[in-house]
Order: sequence, then structure tokens, then C-alpha cells
Amino acid sequence: MAFLNNLINGISLGSIYAIIALGYTMVYGIAKMLNFAHGDVIMIGSYVCFFACTSGSLPPAVGVLLAVLVCTALGVLIERLAYRPLRQAVSLAVLITAIGMSYLLQSMAQILWSPNTKGFSSILEGNFSLAGGQIVVKYITILTIAACIVIMAALTAFTEKTKMGKAMRACSEDRGAAQLMGINVDTTISITFAIGSALAAIAGVLLCSAYPSLSPTTGSLPGIKAFTAAVFGGIGSIPGAFLGGLLLGVIEVLAQAYISTELSTAIVFLVLIVVLLVRPAGILGKSVQEKV
Amino acid sequence: MKKQANAARRDFHTLGALILIFAALWIAQSAGALSYTARSMLIPVCCWCLMAISLNLTVGILGELSLGHAGFMSVGAFAGVSVCQLLRVWLGWSDLPALLLSLVAAALAAALVGLLIGLPVLRLRGDYLAIVTLAFGQIIMSVLGNLYFGLSDGSPVFSLIRPISYGESKVEIIRGPTGMTNLPKLTTFPLAFVVLLLCLIVIFNLIRSRTGRAIMALRDNRIAAESIGINVTANKLLVFSLSAAMAGMAGVLYTFNQGTVTASKFDYNQSIMVLVFVVLGGLGSMRGSLIAAALLTILSTLLNEFSSYRMLIYALVLIAVMLLTNNEAAKRRLASLIPRRKAVPLGERGKGGKENG
Repeated sequence: MAFLNNLINGISLGSIYAIIALGYTMVYGIAKMLNFAHGDVIMIGSYVCFFACTSGSLPPAVGVLLAVLVCTALGVLIERLAYRPLRQAVSLAVLITAIGMSYLLQSMAQILWSPNTKGFSSILEGNFSLAGGQIVVKYITILTIAACIVIMAALTAFTEKTKMGKAMRACSEDRGAAQLMGINVDTTISITFAIGSALAAIAGVLLCSAYPSLSPTTGSLPGIKAFTAAVFGGIGSIPGAFLGGLLLGVIEVLAQAYISTELSTAIVFLVLIVVLLVRPAGILGKSVQEKV
Repeated sequence: MKKQANAARRDFHTLGALILIFAALWIAQSAGALSYTARSMLIPVCCWCLMAISLNLTVGILGELSLGHAGFMSVGAFAGVSVCQLLRVWLGWSDLPALLLSLVAAALAAALVGLLIGLPVLRLRGDYLAIVTLAFGQIIMSVLGNLYFGLSDGSPVFSLIRPISYGESKVEIIRGPTGMTNLPKLTTFPLAFVVLLLCLIVIFNLIRSRTGRAIMALRDNRIAAESIGINVTANKLLVFSLSAAMAGMAGVLYTFNQGTVTASKFDYNQSIMVLVFVVLGGLGSMRGSLIAAALLTILSTLLNEFSSYRMLIYALVLIAVMLLTNNEAAKRRLASLIPRRKAVPLGERGKGGKENG
């Protein structure tokens, strides 16, 4: 029964990783860049929701909505100001700019909201028990898993069925050819950032509801782990991010429960390395043949 | 051939300038002309310069992105300090020989880990390689953060996760999350400088050698290089382990200057910081790495007083420099402001980053 409890917690944590990983993977697939500031957008989203619910005493749903709006605007703004001027530059320059952006967001949060940790109250309280009280499940856990499934389904439908989704897939396949076909690449990339950042806001609120502490560095480690999850599943692939996120969350929680709390992070990364050695492009990634 | 002679002359200029700067600083330090802040910066600047040139070897010369360089520094620091403390306390060696031997031990330990990481990593390329180096950095950090090592009743004891239950006489060296504390400050500025200088000479010699040219050929076009018989695996492993060894030595020097160090000090942010030095200084340019590492280390120490604004300024400088040096429109505007001494052919303008010197 303890195992079942751990499994549910793992899936819930994995769902959060999956939602964050979707942001990484979409941006990587289309703009071909590692958006290191993604983890910090998560943190900003959590702060917006926190202040909306505590200082503004708004209902949690409004707080989440506000967080999504702020993060969407922030994501588009970051892309416009920092990444778009570097569209033609070498990838390392873009990477360093993204790192600079991550530092910028963290330090702004530190100055505006102090570096001290704040206690985040979950947006959904309460729990229920199954199997005669042996399994206790929080409502927020169910909400997290449900949110992940809904987002996953919606995103898949969006990229498969809509015109914009088609444009995104075209951009990720061959940006130059997409432009020749009349697709506005800049708009497509902006929308990708908007979607990714909106997801980051949701993930941030869910993360802080599950692990109720909020500080300017809250987003860093989950960001890195979610990025790992995206690579794990095959970066650029939406189902890959989902699968990678879930697996990573489950492995982390089970490693914490059965092997060692201290070494759980090390175990997660070790599994990642082993997977990449066996499948160098990730679980669902396509290995591209190099042309000479 | 003329190009090579020019490059060699540039190397000598860099080394010469470095020695002059060191001489000036050393005289000033001995004469007591340096302020406390300036004196406290000398050794860290040497360490971060060493980190920057060693990472530049991997990123700029070999052309593989590494996000876990601080991990090697950490391995070196923990291995080297353990060896040094054992020699001093257990075998009763005096400080300098123990420190020198521990530098060798640190270099070997870090090179071994570099080799272990390099072997599997060679199958991966580009961003996947970057994420694996990041992952290794995290693994190293969490393992070393849970490692206990010391002398109990005169014999060395290791332990992972659980603290050691010591006997009557005990010497604690590594204490898990608390790290290594109360170490004697053994590193001196001349020693740190000599290590930096030797490493720089090794790197320059490597770059200008047959092997170095082979490595750069791999960077520029792997398939073409492979087709003319350059051994990819051997060359990559060589660079990986050499770069790791240098980072390991930097770790020992740094730790014996700080006196107290935890494994979490060498986290991913630290790796990123070194990468920033390398990129700002110019990929492949050792001189650039030295200047960028020195200036940014000094800048961040000076900004220490405004601690909350320090990160903000650092971040803004980083973004501004990247945008100004990599955006075509901004570059043109900048070029029109600063008259160039030499005309640069149009085709060369875009590739300012890959200078080797």
C-alpha cells in the first residue's frame, strides 16, 4: 500500500515535470534553443498567484488565471527583447543570453519580493482516503494529474489539427522552407513562447501547492529536472516530454522512498545517462542521420 | 606558416603580459601596497582564470559544450584536500610538499572522472552532450555532499550518507553536507600563479601541436577529420581529461584559500559562471578567457556590497554584451562607432568568435 501511495505521488510530481518539460520541448523543437529562463518563469507565476491569493485575497482560480496571463506576457516579452535579435547568432550566444535572463528574473524576484522563503498555501486543500484509510490522496494530487492529461490532450490536438499547430510543426522541421511557404516564423515562435510560459505558470502553481515553499530559486532545480525529462523522452517530441516527465517523477519519488533521500537527485540523473547511452536521442526521439 | 608564427608570437605576448602583471602584483603585495580586498582577490582570480582556460579547451578548442565543469573542480578539491590532510596529519609531511602532491592527486582524480564521463559521453553530440555533463555535475555534487571521510584511531574511514562513528582519536576531513571546514590556508599567490602559468603553457603547446590541429579539425568538421584518419575518441578523451585535470587543480587551490568548502558550492551555477567567462572572452581565445574571468571575478567581488543588485547588474551586463556582440545590426552600429585599424573582409565578419590564441 505504501508503494501505491508513493506511485501516486510520483505520478503527481511527474505530471508537474511533464507540464514544464512541454514548455522546454516546444521551444526547443521550434526555436532550436534551450530556454534556461523557463524555470524562472515558473517561479514568477507562483509569486503572482501567491500575491493574488494572499495580498489580493482573490479566489485561487483567479490567481491561477492571473499567473497564466502574466507569464504569457513575460514569455513573449523575453522572446521579443532577448532572443529574437539573436535569431541568426550561434547557439551558444543564445544559450548564454537565456542564462542571463534566468539570472535577471531571479535577481528581480529577490529585490522585489526578498530572498526569504514564503509559505505557499495550496490552491486546493483536503484529501480523501481509499482502501480503508491505507491510501491517502490529496485533492491537489488528483488535480495535478488531471491538469497534465488535459494539457497533454489539448496540446496534441492543437499541434495536429489547427493551422497554427501545422505552422509550428513546419517551423520545427525546416524553418527556411516554412518561411518560403508563407508561414510567419516570428509569430509562430512568439506563440510557442506564449504557450510554453502559460504552461509554466500552471506548473508553478501546482508545484508550490504540492511542495509549499516559495523563494526566488524555487524554479531552478525543477526547471533543470524537467529539462532532463524533456531530453529523456526525446527533446522536441510532445509525447516524449509527457512520458519523460512521468518517468522522472516516479523514479525520483521511488528512489527517495526505497533507496536514499539524499541521493535521489543523483539516481534520477544516473538513469537519464543510462537511457541516453542506450538511446542517444531519448526514448521517443528520432535519431537523425547526418548528411555529409 | 606565417599565420602559425604570428599565433606563436601572440602566445608569447600573452604569457609575457601575464608574468609582468604577476610581478607587479607580487611586488605590490610584498610591499603592502594592496588593500585587503585586492589581496583577497588574487588567488580566486587565478583559480577562476584556470577554470576558464581549462573549460575553453573543451568548449572552444574541442567544440563540445560542457555544463558540468564545476563538478571536476569539486572532485579535485575533495580528492586533493583529502590527500593533503592525510599526508600532513597522518604522515606528518610539511605543508608545501603535501600541497604539491595533493595537486597531482587532484589532477589525477579529476582526469580519471573526466575519462569516465568522457567514455560514454562520446556517443552523444551537441545539446545531449551538454545535458549529460550537467547531469554528471549534479551526480558528483550529491555524492560528494553525502560523503564522510576521516581518520579514526589512526586509520582512514570512508562512509556514504551515514556519518562515521569515530574512535578515541579522530581527524574529520570530509563531513557530508558540512563539507570540509577549518582547513589551513595553504595556497599562496605565487603558487596559484605558477600553476595557472604552467597550465596555460601546456594548453598553448597542445593547440599549436599536431594533436591540437587534429582536435580543431574535429571541431570544424568532424566527418572530414575522421575521413583523413583522425582518431575521434582518443582526441576527445585527451581533451576531456586534460581539461578536467586542470579544473581539479583549480579546486585544490581554491579550497585551500577559502578554508571552508561544501560540495554544494560547486553547483550548476558555478559551471555556468565559468562558461560565461569563456563565451564572453571569446571561444577558443585563451587570452579572452583570462581577461573575462579576471574582470568578472573582480566585478562580482566589488559588487558584493550591493549584494541584492549584484546579480541584477551581472545579468544585465551578460545580456547586453551578448546582444551587442552577436546581433548583426548592433554589431554594424558598434563597428561604425569604433574605427577599425584593419579592414576585415566581409565574409570574416560574422565569425569573430573562433579565434585561436
